[in-house]
Amino acid sequence: MSLVREALLVAGKDLRIEARSRVTLAQIVPFGGIVVLLFAFALDPARGNLPRVAPGLFWVAVLLAALMALSRSFAVESRNSARDGLRLSGLDGSAVFLGKAMAVAAQLVALEAVLGTLVVLLYDVHVSAWSVVLLSAVAATAGLAATGTLFGVLAAGSRRRETLLPLLLLPVVTPVMLGATRAFEAGLEGAPSEAWRWIGLLVLFAVLYLSAGVLAFDALWEEAE
Amino acid sequence: MEAVSNAVSLRSVVCLLGRFPALAGVDLRVRRREVVLLSGPNGAGKSTLLRVLAGLLPVHRGEVEVLGADLRSDRRSVRRRLALVGHDTFCYDDLTVAENLRFAARAAGRPARPAPEVLARFGLSGLAGVRHGRLSAGQRRRLSLAVAFDRDAELLLLDEPHAGLDDAHRAELDMLIAAAPGEGRTVVLASHELERARALADREVRLEAGVVREPAGAPA
Repeated sequence: MSLVREALLVAGKDLRIEARSRVTLAQIVPFGGIVVLLFAFALDPARGNLPRVAPGLFWVAVLLAALMALSRSFAVESRNSARDGLRLSGLDGSAVFLGKAMAVAAQLVALEAVLGTLVVLLYDVHVSAWSVVLLSAVAATAGLAATGTLFGVLAAGSRRRETLLPLLLLPVVTPVMLGATRAFEAGLEGAPSEAWRWIGLLVLFAVLYLSAGVLAFDALWEEAE
Repeated sequence: MEAVSNAVSLRSVVCLLGRFPALAGVDLRVRRREVVLLSGPNGAGKSTLLRVLAGLLPVHRGEVEVLGADLRSDRRSVRRRLALVGHDTFCYDDLTVAENLRFAARAAGRPARPAPEVLARFGLSGLAGVRHGRLSAGQRRRLSLAVAFDRDAELLLLDEPHAGLDDAHRAELDMLIAAAPGEGRTVVLASHELERARALADREVRLEAGVVREPAGAPA
């Protein structure tokens, strides 16, 4: 079986589990929505601050909710020692990485669609360049999913996995937060020319961590206990 | 030559769990198509030995050959040729019985078989659409056995496989283990149900404190 087919098998399995358990729908998306709502209350819409800071708040909300999705992605493997079953299957560790990252990315896309709609409605935001916003969202999502999956398996090897993942991941994804926020600002202000270098950073980050994951995940996956 | 005739060959194998030597220098050979019983008290290292053979635990010293290959260099291909039934089921709570079986088969690189045949053999026919998380302990054990036997593995590693089964399914499992050598399979079985397991095994190997203590009269 090819790497892509194995990755799709793992992604399909993870997404089926999420569809059944409805954790993304019932917990992660509402959590992201509450964060967006809290920011709105905290910054007082009457002052007119929200449209200006909306891109940053949106990506912070996405990141916080993504941490839950990533923890969940590895929690399902620890129950009943399912991870051992996956290792025994003989699947390529790189395929497991790509499959898990794809499943996380699919959940993040759904999350971003809901949170994006909320931000537009609650923060009085108007998008001027949709192509820039969508392109930067795709690149940022790929980067977050790849980095999160790679650091997720690192944290899965620790007894303090629940608290370790945010500690490891948040500093590392700073370039994604910065690039995605700046690219979104350019997309909202209708200045796409200023967005390209940030989109470039996001693409570079995603490629870097996808490559690192493909190369390193197998060894980390085998070490995680 | 040794690699061809032995399904398992361990030489002075040490496996540390933390600092504790769960295996403290194990020497063991299991011939192909042999059924070997691992016996010994709790904590003797039986489950650890099975997990080492499956490549799930690292070997800190010594040499391990499984199905003629070095586990350290050829782990992935060896794993595709063996099956392990452990204390856990290795299944996903939110997938149904049929989905867990299909996923395991496809992950092992085989097309998913017609489920009815496998399900019927392990008394799971009426449970195909039930999620793993809603199964009883006995039903879970039957599912994990179904996943293992469905793999057509050359080496079956069975850790307390009778645990949680009713009499009818224990008898069915006994028949499958007894038939395994005829199908070209080797079985390494760890059990506390010695009377039952001895009737199935060609040979018994006793482990104590992470070392092999063969019963008198057993071949080395």
